[in-house]
Amino acid sequence: MDEMSRKILELLQEDACLTPERIAVMLGQDAEVIQAEIERLERDRIVIGRKALINWERAGDEQVWAIIEVRVSPQRDVGFNSIANRIARFPETWSVYLLSGTYDLAVQVFGRTMREVASFVSEKLAPLEGVEGTTTHFLMKRYKDRGVVFEDLEVAERLPITP
Amino acid sequence: MKGYPAPSSAPAARERLSERVRGIAPSGIRKFFDLIATMDGVISLGVGEPDFTTPWHIREAAIYSLERGYTMYTSNHGLPELRQAISQHLATRYGLEYDWRSELLVTVGVSEGLDITVRAILDPGDEVIVPDPGYVSYAPCVALAGGVVVPVPTHEADDFRVQARAIEAAVTPRTKAILIGYPNNPTGAVMGRDDLAAIARIAEEHDLLVLSDEIYDRLTYVGEHTCFAALPGMRERTVLLGGFSKAYAMTGWRVGYVAAPPDVLAGAVKIHQYTALCAPMMGQKAAVEALRRGEPDVAAMVEEYDRRRRVIVKGLRDVGLPCFEPKGAFYAFPSIAPTGLGDEEFAEQLLVEEKVAVVPGSAFGACGRGHVRCCYATSMPKIEEALERIGRFVSRRVAAGRG
Repeated sequence: MDEMSRKILELLQEDACLTPERIAVMLGQDAEVIQAEIERLERDRIVIGRKALINWERAGDEQVWAIIEVRVSPQRDVGFNSIANRIARFPETWSVYLLSGTYDLAVQVFGRTMREVASFVSEKLAPLEGVEGTTTHFLMKRYKDRGVVFEDLEVAERLPITP
Repeated sequence: MKGYPAPSSAPAARERLSERVRGIAPSGIRKFFDLIATMDGVISLGVGEPDFTTPWHIREAAIYSLERGYTMYTSNHGLPELRQAISQHLATRYGLEYDWRSELLVTVGVSEGLDITVRAILDPGDEVIVPDPGYVSYAPCVALAGGVVVPVPTHEADDFRVQARAIEAAVTPRTKAILIGYPNNPTGAVMGRDDLAAIARIAEEHDLLVLSDEIYDRLTYVGEHTCFAALPGMRERTVLLGGFSKAYAMTGWRVGYVAAPPDVLAGAVKIHQYTALCAPMMGQKAAVEALRRGEPDVAAMVEEYDRRRRVIVKGLRDVGLPCFEPKGAFYAFPSIAPTGLGDEEFAEQLLVEEKVAVVPGSAFGACGRGHVRCCYATSMPKIEEALERIGRFVSRRVAAGRG
């Protein structure tokens, strides 16, 4: 991957709202060149989505999140892929990761109530063929997500005017 | 009453401050500082320091040294390991050889380095040529040292690069030194190798010292920085002032250095040993780590400054303020002529009406008039918001001017 593409990706990862024109100014490039490259990155599914990061707790919306450890028996020929993709197709799942270590898949699930999340796990997730067991961890508090600190931490301020 | 002097013949109250100090004009920046203190929600483009925090590994090195009890004085010259690292750094970057034992001094920032240098070299009445506009401290330090400042105008038409012939014209039999600072605060100007070589010739011809403040050396975005002392023949007549504040975001640590031939360095050490005694131990420990492992951090910060530079310069031009391209430091120095306002008026009114702080160019010298200094060492969203607010302000003024 060339330097310019990498820089475009780093900028978009930090702020998905950046327009090609803005990025072009920042990188000292032509807007058309940047536009074309961003379209290419989207076509190739390297830039897969642009989503706002919301602090729902602050919005007063009680969403329930959980991280489910899923132990899976890999299937002949396809390993974990088949079961992982199956789980990913559920709209209730936010993320599905294959991990090294004591369990296999980490699945983030959300719902309106704990009961809803628990029902999803017991009725739809756990019974899947290939799933050997699950452990549900409910998310109590989000401190940092996607590189952004959610709390208002004390930040040292500069003097407003200095020579 | 007998024996007591009549009130009308009592002696006049004695001046408590020296004439020299009374002669120094109050800082043009102070007024804005006080005004902002009363306001909320101000976006300040009026700072002179990075918005980055000192990289963690550098802070960690200092914390670790504190844990191990490094809280005492260092030698006057500075920690040997730091001086060796600085010597190595200058050799690698600029091919300059400075003996760490006799040609390097660690100071309390470049601020102290500048102060002790001018005090070491100037006799009362000696003249120092200083480009205008320039950093706020240059003229006051020369005056405090008993010297005479000879300002040389610089112009936007030259991208605020000081012209050799202007310096030549300012040389008199009393001229002792030329004091330059590039990349430049407040203009963001840089000097190319040829520009500096022309000044070198003048220094040679008239046997002058050159004090070169290169605190912004790493913040160069177009072309390579030329270190004045590295020019042919210049090492012997240059006092190189450098530091860590801007490159490594270490403004509060107060660590800088003076690199100079042994005789001049010894003069500076004499003053330093009796005044500052030594630069802070913890700052020096941090600086060692900065030189050892700080390169990737510098590169990342410079890249980010460069992006902001492009955005702010284009943004200022787009809202109607002509702005030459600043190739170094982290300042844009646009002209505010289209608004018909003076630079102080502009800064005050912009602050009150749109809550954006900039520093009037005249705070940096007479040739700064008609310009304002906009620092882009602040986050991209703040820069963009500030540009929007400045845009509204400029539109209103331009329209009012036409009406």
